[in-house]
Amino acid sequence: MIKIQDLRKSFKNIEVLKGISTTIQKGEIIAIIGPSGSGKSTFLRCINLLETPSGGQIWVNENEVTNPKVNIMKVREQVGMVFQQFNLFPHKTVLENIIYAPMMVKGISKSEAETKGRDLLKKVGLSEKENEHPVRLSGGQKQRVAIARALAMSPEMMLFDEPTSALDPEMVKEVLEVIKSLALTGMTMAIVTHEMGFAREVADRVLFLDDGQLVEDAAPAEFFSSPKSKRAQDFLEKIL
Amino acid sequence: MNLDFTQITSSIPYILQGIGVTLKIVGVAALIGFAIGILLALCKIGRFKGFKWFADIYTSIFRGTPLILQLLLIYYGTPQLFDIKVSAYTAAVLAFGFNSGAYISEIIRAGILAVDRGQLEASMALGIPYKKMMKDIVLPQALKNILPALMNEFITLTKESAIVTVIGVTDIMRRSYIVGGNTYRYFESLIFAGVIYYLMVIVLTLIGKAVERRMRRSD
Ligand SMILES: Nc1ncnc2c1ncn2[C@@H]1O[C@H](COP(=O)(O)OP(=O)(O)O)[C@@H](O)[C@H]1O
Ligand SMILES: [Mg+2]
Repeated sequence: MIKIQDLRKSFKNIEVLKGISTTIQKGEIIAIIGPSGSGKSTFLRCINLLETPSGGQIWVNENEVTNPKVNIMKVREQVGMVFQQFNLFPHKTVLENIIYAPMMVKGISKSEAETKGRDLLKKVGLSEKENEHPVRLSGGQKQRVAIARALAMSPEMMLFDEPTSALDPEMVKEVLEVIKSLALTGMTMAIVTHEMGFAREVADRVLFLDDGQLVEDAAPAEFFSSPKSKRAQDFLEKIL
Repeated sequence: MNLDFTQITSSIPYILQGIGVTLKIVGVAALIGFAIGILLALCKIGRFKGFKWFADIYTSIFRGTPLILQLLLIYYGTPQLFDIKVSAYTAAVLAFGFNSGAYISEIIRAGILAVDRGQLEASMALGIPYKKMMKDIVLPQALKNILPALMNEFITLTKESAIVTVIGVTDIMRRSYIVGGNTYRYFESLIFAGVIYYLMVIVLTLIGKAVERRMRRSD
Protein backbone atom coordinates (compact mmCIF):
# COMPACT_ATOMS: atom_id res chain seq x y z
CA MET A 1 0.00 0.00 0.00
CA ILE A 2 1.22 3.47 -0.91
CA LYS A 3 -0.03 6.42 1.05
CA ILE A 4 0.71 9.91 -0.17
CA GLN A 5 -0.08 12.93 1.93
CA ASP A 6 0.13 16.54 0.78
CA LEU A 7 3.04 15.79 -1.55
CA ARG A 8 4.81 18.91 -2.76
CA LYS A 9 7.73 19.41 -5.07
CA SER A 10 9.42 22.59 -6.22
CA PHE A 11 12.19 23.06 -8.73
CA LYS A 12 14.05 26.22 -7.82
CA ASN A 13 11.09 28.31 -6.73
CA ILE A 14 8.51 26.88 -9.09
CA GLU A 15 6.07 24.53 -7.40
CA VAL A 16 5.20 21.70 -9.79
CA LEU A 17 3.36 19.49 -7.28
CA LYS A 18 1.01 21.48 -5.13
CA GLY A 19 -0.07 19.15 -2.38
CA ILE A 20 -1.23 15.79 -3.66
CA SER A 21 -2.87 13.21 -1.40
CA THR A 22 -4.03 9.75 -2.34
CA THR A 23 -3.75 6.14 -1.31
CA ILE A 24 -2.94 3.24 -3.57
CA GLN A 25 -4.12 -0.08 -2.21
CA LYS A 26 -2.22 -3.29 -2.62
CA GLY A 27 -3.01 -4.77 -6.03
CA GLU A 28 -4.62 -1.61 -7.25
CA ILE A 29 -3.91 -0.27 -10.73
CA ILE A 30 -3.81 3.47 -11.09
CA ALA A 31 -3.75 5.37 -14.36
CA ILE A 32 -2.33 8.85 -14.13
CA ILE A 33 -3.35 11.19 -16.89
CA GLY A 34 -3.16 14.88 -17.54
CA PRO A 35 -1.67 17.46 -19.88
CA SER A 36 2.04 17.61 -20.60
CA GLY A 37 3.89 19.46 -17.86
CA SER A 38 1.17 18.86 -15.28
CA GLY A 39 3.57 16.99 -12.98
CA LYS A 40 2.78 13.35 -13.75
CA SER A 41 6.40 12.25 -14.07
CA THR A 42 7.46 14.25 -11.05
CA PHE A 43 4.67 12.63 -9.02
CA LEU A 44 5.82 9.16 -10.03
CA ARG A 45 9.48 9.96 -9.45
CA CYS A 46 8.78 11.18 -5.95
CA ILE A 47 7.42 7.74 -5.03
CA ASN A 48 10.79 6.04 -5.60
CA LEU A 49 12.69 9.15 -4.55
CA LEU A 50 14.27 9.86 -7.92
CA GLU A 51 13.06 13.31 -6.93
CA THR A 52 13.24 14.44 -3.34
CA PRO A 53 9.85 15.78 -2.28
CA SER A 54 9.89 19.36 -0.97
CA GLY A 55 7.03 18.64 1.38
CA GLY A 56 4.49 16.08 2.47
CA GLN A 57 4.84 12.41 3.29
CA ILE A 58 4.86 9.11 1.44
CA TRP A 59 4.52 5.68 2.99
CA VAL A 60 5.34 2.46 1.17
CA ASN A 61 3.62 -0.17 3.27
CA GLU A 62 4.45 0.81 6.83
CA ASN A 63 7.66 2.68 6.02
CA GLU A 64 7.67 6.40 5.64
CA VAL A 65 10.03 6.86 2.72
CA THR A 66 10.09 10.64 3.14
CA ASN A 67 11.70 10.19 6.53
CA PRO A 68 15.25 11.53 6.09
CA LYS A 69 16.61 8.54 8.01
CA VAL A 70 15.18 6.00 5.60
CA ASN A 71 17.49 3.97 3.37
CA ILE A 72 16.61 5.24 -0.09
CA MET A 73 18.16 2.20 -1.73
CA LYS A 74 15.88 -0.15 0.18
CA VAL A 75 12.86 1.84 -0.96
CA ARG A 76 13.97 1.71 -4.55
CA GLU A 77 14.43 -2.04 -4.37
CA GLN A 78 10.76 -2.35 -3.55
CA VAL A 79 9.49 -0.05 -6.26
CA GLY A 80 10.19 -0.96 -9.89
CA MET A 81 10.19 1.70 -12.57
CA VAL A 82 9.79 1.62 -16.32
CA PHE A 83 10.77 4.68 -18.32
CA GLN A 84 9.55 6.16 -21.57
CA GLN A 85 13.06 5.87 -23.03
CA PHE A 86 13.63 2.27 -21.80
CA ASN A 87 17.09 3.11 -20.41
CA LEU A 88 18.45 -0.37 -20.90
CA PHE A 89 22.18 -0.76 -20.31
CA PRO A 90 23.58 -0.75 -23.87
CA HIS A 91 26.83 -2.53 -23.01
CA LYS A 92 25.07 -5.50 -21.45
CA THR A 93 23.11 -8.27 -23.12
CA VAL A 94 19.41 -8.65 -22.52
CA LEU A 95 19.91 -11.28 -19.85
CA GLU A 96 22.76 -9.35 -18.22
CA ASN A 97 20.49 -6.31 -18.07
CA ILE A 98 17.98 -8.35 -16.14
CA ILE A 99 20.24 -10.20 -13.73
CA TYR A 100 22.62 -7.36 -12.85
CA ALA A 101 20.58 -5.65 -10.13
CA PRO A 102 19.27 -8.82 -8.44
CA MET A 103 22.86 -10.06 -8.16
CA MET A 104 24.48 -6.77 -7.14
CA VAL A 105 21.73 -5.32 -5.01
CA LYS A 106 20.01 -8.36 -3.55
CA GLY A 107 23.01 -10.64 -3.58
CA ILE A 108 21.20 -13.41 -5.42
CA SER A 109 23.49 -16.02 -6.99
CA LYS A 110 24.13 -15.84 -10.69
CA SER A 111 22.45 -19.12 -11.49
CA GLU A 112 19.36 -18.23 -9.50
CA ALA A 113 19.19 -14.79 -11.11
CA GLU A 114 19.55 -16.36 -14.54
CA THR A 115 16.80 -18.86 -13.92
CA LYS A 116 14.49 -16.12 -12.81
CA GLY A 117 15.63 -13.84 -15.64
CA ARG A 118 14.93 -16.48 -18.27
CA ASP A 119 11.54 -17.09 -16.74
CA LEU A 120 10.73 -13.38 -16.97
CA LEU A 121 12.02 -13.20 -20.54
CA LYS A 122 9.67 -16.02 -21.40
CA LYS A 123 6.79 -14.12 -19.82
CA VAL A 124 7.49 -11.04 -21.93
CA GLY A 125 7.96 -13.24 -25.00
CA LEU A 126 11.65 -12.61 -25.62
CA SER A 127 13.35 -15.86 -24.68
CA GLU A 128 15.26 -16.06 -27.94
CA LYS A 129 16.80 -12.61 -27.40
CA GLU A 130 18.64 -13.24 -24.16
CA ASN A 131 22.11 -12.89 -25.68
CA GLU A 132 21.39 -9.87 -27.86
CA HIS A 133 22.49 -6.37 -27.01
CA PRO A 134 19.71 -3.76 -26.72
CA VAL A 135 20.65 -1.98 -29.99
CA ARG A 136 19.49 -5.06 -31.83
CA LEU A 137 15.97 -4.87 -30.41
CA SER A 138 12.94 -2.95 -31.61
CA GLY A 139 11.43 -0.31 -29.32
CA GLY A 140 8.68 -2.65 -28.21
CA GLN A 141 11.18 -5.40 -27.42
CA LYS A 142 13.37 -2.98 -25.48
CA GLN A 143 10.46 -1.89 -23.37
CA ARG A 144 9.48 -5.49 -22.64
CA VAL A 145 13.04 -6.19 -21.51
CA ALA A 146 12.91 -3.08 -19.33
CA ILE A 147 9.75 -4.40 -17.71
CA ALA A 148 11.40 -7.78 -17.11
CA ARG A 149 14.43 -6.02 -15.65
CA ALA A 150 12.28 -4.13 -13.15
CA LEU A 151 10.32 -7.27 -12.26
CA ALA A 152 13.52 -9.21 -11.62
CA MET A 153 13.88 -7.26 -8.38
CA SER A 154 10.54 -8.67 -7.20
CA PRO A 155 9.18 -5.22 -6.41
CA GLU A 156 6.11 -4.57 -4.29
CA MET A 157 4.93 -2.06 -6.83
CA MET A 158 5.62 -0.94 -10.39
CA LEU A 159 5.71 2.59 -11.75
CA PHE A 160 5.35 3.17 -15.49
CA ASP A 161 6.12 6.59 -16.94
CA GLU A 162 4.56 6.73 -20.39
CA PRO A 163 5.83 3.27 -21.28
CA THR A 164 4.50 3.40 -24.85
CA SER A 165 5.02 7.05 -25.75
CA ALA A 166 8.37 6.50 -27.46
CA LEU A 167 7.14 3.53 -29.48
CA ASP A 168 6.08 3.25 -33.09
CA PRO A 169 2.30 2.69 -33.17
CA GLU A 170 2.56 -0.94 -34.23
CA MET A 171 4.58 -1.77 -31.11
CA VAL A 172 2.31 -0.18 -28.55
CA LYS A 173 0.07 -3.20 -28.33
CA GLU A 174 2.75 -5.75 -27.46
CA VAL A 175 3.89 -3.62 -24.53
CA LEU A 176 0.38 -2.94 -23.29
CA GLU A 177 -0.34 -6.68 -23.46
CA VAL A 178 2.61 -7.35 -21.15
CA ILE A 179 1.41 -4.70 -18.71
CA LYS A 180 -2.08 -6.15 -18.82
CA SER A 181 -0.82 -9.64 -18.06
CA LEU A 182 1.10 -8.17 -15.16
CA ALA A 183 -2.12 -6.56 -13.94
CA LEU A 184 -3.65 -10.00 -13.77
CA THR A 185 -0.97 -11.16 -11.35
CA GLY A 186 -2.16 -8.64 -8.78
CA MET A 187 0.85 -6.33 -9.04
CA THR A 188 0.27 -2.86 -7.64
CA MET A 189 0.87 -0.39 -10.45
CA ALA A 190 0.83 3.31 -11.22
CA ILE A 191 0.89 4.06 -14.93
CA VAL A 192 1.26 7.45 -16.55
CA THR A 193 -0.28 7.05 -19.96
CA HIS A 194 -1.91 8.75 -22.90
CA GLU A 195 -3.54 5.49 -23.98
CA MET A 196 -7.07 6.25 -22.85
CA GLY A 197 -8.53 2.97 -24.07
CA PHE A 198 -5.94 1.10 -22.07
CA ALA A 199 -6.51 3.21 -18.96
CA ARG A 200 -10.20 2.59 -19.19
CA GLU A 201 -9.78 -1.13 -19.60
CA VAL A 202 -7.06 -1.86 -17.08
CA ALA A 203 -7.13 0.80 -14.38
CA ASP A 204 -9.09 0.53 -11.17
CA ARG A 205 -8.81 4.26 -10.69
CA VAL A 206 -7.84 7.29 -12.74
CA LEU A 207 -5.94 10.19 -11.27
CA PHE A 208 -6.22 13.33 -13.34
CA LEU A 209 -3.44 15.82 -12.72
CA ASP A 210 -3.41 19.37 -13.94
CA ASP A 211 -0.97 22.10 -13.00
CA GLY A 212 0.49 20.12 -10.12
CA GLN A 213 -2.87 19.39 -8.54
CA LEU A 214 -4.85 16.19 -8.28
CA VAL A 215 -8.03 17.42 -9.92
CA GLU A 216 -9.94 14.15 -10.13
CA ASP A 217 -9.63 10.77 -8.53
CA ALA A 218 -12.31 8.45 -9.89
CA ALA A 219 -13.13 5.06 -11.36
CA PRO A 220 -12.40 4.99 -15.10
CA ALA A 221 -16.02 4.50 -16.17
CA GLU A 222 -17.02 7.51 -14.14
CA PHE A 223 -14.07 9.63 -15.17
CA PHE A 224 -14.35 9.03 -18.90
CA SER A 225 -18.12 9.28 -19.14
CA SER A 226 -18.79 12.12 -16.75
CA PRO A 227 -15.71 14.04 -15.60
CA LYS A 228 -16.65 16.45 -12.87
CA SER A 229 -14.18 19.25 -13.35
CA LYS A 230 -14.05 21.66 -16.24
CA ARG A 231 -10.33 21.00 -16.61
CA ALA A 232 -10.83 17.26 -17.09
CA GLN A 233 -13.70 17.87 -19.51
CA ASP A 234 -11.51 20.16 -21.61
CA PHE A 235 -8.64 17.70 -21.53
CA LEU A 236 -10.76 14.74 -22.57
CA GLU A 237 -12.43 16.75 -25.30
CA LYS A 238 -9.04 17.59 -26.78
CA ILE A 239 -7.68 14.06 -26.88
CA LEU A 240 -10.69 11.85 -27.51
CA MET B 1 75.76 16.85 -48.57
CA ASN B 2 77.39 14.25 -46.42
CA LEU B 3 75.00 11.54 -45.33
CA ASP B 4 76.02 7.98 -44.61
CA PHE B 5 73.67 5.79 -42.61
CA THR B 6 76.12 2.86 -42.75
CA GLN B 7 78.24 4.76 -40.25
CA ILE B 8 75.72 4.04 -37.52
CA THR B 9 74.81 0.44 -38.40
CA SER B 10 76.87 -1.04 -35.62
CA SER B 11 75.05 1.19 -33.12
CA ILE B 12 71.58 0.33 -34.32
CA PRO B 13 71.02 -2.50 -31.78
CA TYR B 14 72.07 -0.10 -29.03
CA ILE B 15 69.51 2.49 -30.10
CA LEU B 16 66.84 -0.16 -30.58
CA GLN B 17 67.26 -1.28 -26.97
CA GLY B 18 65.93 2.14 -26.07
CA ILE B 19 62.51 1.07 -27.31
CA GLY B 20 62.14 -1.14 -24.26
CA VAL B 21 63.15 1.71 -21.98
CA THR B 22 60.71 4.11 -23.60
CA LEU B 23 57.87 1.57 -23.57
CA LYS B 24 58.46 0.77 -19.93
CA ILE B 25 58.24 4.43 -18.98
CA VAL B 26 55.22 5.11 -21.16
CA GLY B 27 53.41 1.95 -20.11
CA VAL B 28 53.82 2.43 -16.36
CA ALA B 29 53.16 6.17 -16.63
CA ALA B 30 49.99 5.48 -18.59
CA LEU B 31 48.74 3.10 -15.88
CA ILE B 32 49.48 5.65 -13.16
CA GLY B 33 47.92 8.40 -15.26
CA PHE B 34 44.82 6.34 -15.91
CA ALA B 35 44.34 5.48 -12.24
CA ILE B 36 44.86 9.11 -11.19
CA GLY B 37 42.61 10.23 -14.05
CA ILE B 38 39.71 8.05 -12.92
CA LEU B 39 40.08 9.12 -9.29
CA LEU B 40 40.25 12.81 -10.16
CA ALA B 41 37.33 12.52 -12.56
CA LEU B 42 35.22 10.90 -9.84
CA CYS B 43 36.21 13.71 -7.47
CA LYS B 44 35.22 16.30 -10.05
CA ILE B 45 31.74 14.94 -10.60
CA GLY B 46 31.20 13.90 -6.99
CA ARG B 47 29.34 15.64 -4.21
CA PHE B 48 32.26 16.47 -1.96
CA LYS B 49 33.36 20.05 -2.46
CA GLY B 50 36.78 19.46 -0.93
CA PHE B 51 37.64 16.63 -3.32
CA LYS B 52 36.33 18.66 -6.23
CA TRP B 53 38.58 21.58 -5.33
CA PHE B 54 41.58 19.38 -4.95
CA ALA B 55 40.99 17.74 -8.32
CA ASP B 56 40.47 21.06 -10.07
CA ILE B 57 43.59 22.60 -8.57
CA TYR B 58 45.64 19.51 -9.35
CA THR B 59 44.53 19.59 -12.96
CA SER B 60 45.09 23.29 -13.27
CA ILE B 61 48.65 23.09 -11.97
CA PHE B 62 49.75 20.08 -13.99
CA ARG B 63 48.27 21.51 -17.16
CA GLY B 64 49.48 25.01 -16.45
CA THR B 65 53.20 24.34 -16.03
CA PRO B 66 55.77 22.78 -18.38
CA LEU B 67 56.14 19.03 -18.19
CA ILE B 68 59.90 19.34 -18.19
CA LEU B 69 59.68 21.53 -15.09
CA GLN B 70 57.60 18.88 -13.33
CA LEU B 71 60.12 16.26 -14.34
CA LEU B 72 63.10 18.25 -13.07
CA LEU B 73 61.31 19.13 -9.85
CA ILE B 74 60.62 15.50 -9.10
CA TYR B 75 64.11 14.35 -10.04
CA TYR B 76 66.21 17.08 -8.45
CA GLY B 77 63.73 18.57 -6.01
CA THR B 78 62.50 15.51 -4.12
CA PRO B 79 65.90 14.49 -2.72
CA GLN B 80 66.25 18.02 -1.41
CA LEU B 81 62.90 17.98 0.36
CA PHE B 82 62.90 14.43 1.61
CA ASP B 83 65.98 12.47 2.28
CA ILE B 84 65.47 10.01 -0.55
CA LYS B 85 67.14 9.48 -3.87
CA VAL B 86 64.77 9.17 -6.79
CA SER B 87 66.08 7.19 -9.74
CA ALA B 88 65.78 8.76 -13.15
CA TYR B 89 63.36 6.05 -14.22
CA THR B 90 61.13 6.57 -11.17
CA ALA B 91 61.16 10.32 -11.64
CA ALA B 92 60.23 9.92 -15.29
CA VAL B 93 57.37 7.53 -14.57
CA LEU B 94 56.02 9.72 -11.78
CA ALA B 95 56.23 12.96 -13.73
CA PHE B 96 54.53 11.50 -16.75
CA GLY B 97 51.96 9.63 -14.67
CA PHE B 98 51.02 12.69 -12.61
CA ASN B 99 50.95 14.90 -15.66
CA SER B 100 48.86 12.66 -17.87
CA GLY B 101 46.56 11.98 -14.91
CA ALA B 102 45.51 15.62 -15.14
CA TYR B 103 44.73 15.37 -18.85
CA ILE B 104 43.10 11.97 -18.59
CA SER B 105 40.86 13.15 -15.75
CA GLU B 106 39.42 15.81 -18.02
CA ILE B 107 38.84 13.28 -20.79
CA ILE B 108 37.12 10.88 -18.40
CA ARG B 109 35.07 13.59 -16.76
CA ALA B 110 33.70 14.65 -20.14
CA GLY B 111 33.05 10.98 -20.98
CA ILE B 112 31.11 10.41 -17.77
CA LEU B 113 29.01 13.52 -18.26
CA ALA B 114 28.20 12.40 -21.80
CA VAL B 115 26.61 9.18 -20.55
CA ASP B 116 22.84 9.43 -20.91
CA ARG B 117 21.13 10.59 -17.72
CA GLY B 118 18.59 7.83 -18.21
CA GLN B 119 21.33 5.33 -17.38
CA LEU B 120 21.76 6.90 -13.95
CA GLU B 121 18.04 7.02 -13.36
CA ALA B 122 17.54 3.41 -14.36
CA SER B 123 20.38 2.39 -12.04
CA MET B 124 19.01 4.44 -9.15
CA ALA B 125 15.52 3.10 -9.72
CA LEU B 126 16.92 -0.43 -9.42
CA GLY B 127 18.56 0.48 -6.12
CA ILE B 128 22.09 0.07 -7.48
CA PRO B 129 24.56 1.79 -5.11
CA TYR B 130 26.60 4.71 -6.44
CA LYS B 131 29.95 2.91 -6.53
CA LYS B 132 28.62 -0.07 -8.42
CA MET B 133 26.70 2.16 -10.77
CA MET B 134 29.89 4.05 -11.58
CA LYS B 135 31.99 0.93 -11.97
CA ASP B 136 29.61 -1.29 -13.92
CA ILE B 137 27.21 1.04 -15.70
CA VAL B 138 28.67 4.51 -16.17
CA LEU B 139 32.42 4.03 -16.56
CA PRO B 140 32.24 1.21 -19.13
CA GLN B 141 30.05 3.38 -21.32
CA ALA B 142 32.16 6.47 -20.73
CA LEU B 143 35.41 4.65 -21.51
CA LYS B 144 34.05 3.36 -24.74
CA ASN B 145 33.19 6.86 -25.90
CA ILE B 146 36.54 8.31 -24.91
CA LEU B 147 38.76 5.53 -26.20
CA PRO B 148 39.98 7.60 -29.17
CA ALA B 149 40.85 10.51 -26.88
CA LEU B 150 42.68 8.17 -24.49
CA MET B 151 44.63 6.68 -27.36
CA ASN B 152 45.62 10.18 -28.40
CA GLU B 153 46.87 10.89 -24.92
CA PHE B 154 48.88 7.67 -25.00
CA ILE B 155 50.45 8.65 -28.32
CA THR B 156 51.32 12.10 -27.01
CA LEU B 157 52.89 10.44 -23.99
CA THR B 158 55.03 8.22 -26.21
CA LYS B 159 56.41 11.17 -28.14
CA GLU B 160 56.80 13.48 -25.17
CA SER B 161 58.63 10.79 -23.23
CA ALA B 162 61.71 11.82 -25.21
CA ILE B 163 62.31 14.62 -22.73
CA VAL B 164 63.42 12.13 -20.09
CA THR B 165 66.70 12.43 -21.93
CA VAL B 166 67.45 15.53 -19.89
CA ILE B 167 67.66 13.55 -16.64
CA GLY B 168 69.83 10.90 -18.23
CA VAL B 169 67.41 8.05 -18.85
CA THR B 170 68.82 6.06 -21.72
CA ASP B 171 65.70 5.93 -23.84
CA ILE B 172 65.59 5.95 -27.63
CA MET B 173 66.29 9.66 -27.74
CA ARG B 174 69.28 9.66 -25.46
CA ARG B 175 70.83 6.63 -27.11
CA SER B 176 70.60 8.15 -30.55
CA TYR B 177 72.10 11.35 -29.19
CA ILE B 178 74.98 9.40 -27.65
CA VAL B 179 75.55 7.52 -30.89
CA GLY B 180 75.48 10.82 -32.73
CA GLY B 181 78.17 12.17 -30.44
CA ASN B 182 80.39 9.10 -30.72
CA THR B 183 80.21 8.83 -34.48
CA TYR B 184 79.80 12.50 -35.32
CA ARG B 185 76.70 11.35 -37.23
CA TYR B 186 74.00 13.33 -35.42
CA PHE B 187 71.74 13.66 -38.41
CA GLU B 188 71.65 9.95 -39.20
CA SER B 189 71.18 8.79 -35.64
CA LEU B 190 68.51 11.38 -34.88
CA ILE B 191 66.63 10.56 -38.06
CA PHE B 192 66.81 6.91 -37.05
CA ALA B 193 65.30 7.78 -33.66
CA GLY B 194 62.61 9.78 -35.44
CA VAL B 195 61.72 6.77 -37.58
CA ILE B 196 61.39 4.59 -34.46
CA TYR B 197 59.10 7.08 -32.73
CA TYR B 198 57.05 7.47 -35.87
CA LEU B 199 56.61 3.72 -36.29
CA MET B 200 55.65 3.34 -32.63
CA VAL B 201 53.00 5.99 -33.05
CA ILE B 202 51.68 4.32 -36.19
CA VAL B 203 51.48 0.96 -34.45
CA LEU B 204 49.68 2.52 -31.47
CA THR B 205 47.23 4.22 -33.81
CA LEU B 206 46.47 0.92 -35.53
CA ILE B 207 46.01 -0.87 -32.22
CA GLY B 208 43.66 1.89 -31.11
CA LYS B 209 41.60 1.58 -34.28
CA ALA B 210 41.41 -2.20 -33.90
CA VAL B 211 40.26 -1.99 -30.28
CA GLU B 212 37.68 0.60 -31.22
CA ARG B 213 36.35 -1.59 -33.99
CA ARG B 214 36.12 -4.55 -31.64
CA MET B 215 34.22 -2.58 -29.05
CA ARG B 216 31.82 -1.24 -31.62
CA ARG B 217 31.11 -4.73 -32.85
CA SER B 218 30.21 -5.84 -29.34
CA ASP B 219 26.94 -3.94 -29.51
N1 LIG C 1 14.51 18.55 -13.04
C1 LIG C 1 13.68 19.58 -13.25
N2 LIG C 1 14.10 20.85 -13.09
C2 LIG C 1 13.27 21.88 -13.31
N3 LIG C 1 11.99 21.76 -13.69
C3 LIG C 1 11.51 20.53 -13.88
C4 LIG C 1 12.32 19.37 -13.67
N4 LIG C 1 11.57 18.27 -13.94
C5 LIG C 1 10.36 18.72 -14.27
N5 LIG C 1 10.30 20.08 -14.24
C6 LIG C 1 9.13 20.90 -14.51
O1 LIG C 1 8.07 20.43 -13.73
C7 LIG C 1 6.86 20.47 -14.45
C8 LIG C 1 6.23 19.09 -14.43
O2 LIG C 1 7.04 18.22 -15.19
P1 LIG C 1 6.69 16.69 -15.38
O3 LIG C 1 6.47 16.08 -14.06
O4 LIG C 1 7.74 16.11 -16.23
O5 LIG C 1 5.32 16.77 -16.19
P2 LIG C 1 4.59 15.66 -17.04
O6 LIG C 1 5.26 14.35 -16.80
O7 LIG C 1 3.18 15.69 -16.57
O8 LIG C 1 4.68 16.08 -18.48
C9 LIG C 1 7.19 20.96 -15.83
O9 LIG C 1 6.88 22.34 -15.90
C10 LIG C 1 8.65 20.76 -15.94
O10 LIG C 1 9.23 21.73 -16.77
MG1 LIG D 1 6.29 13.10 -18.11
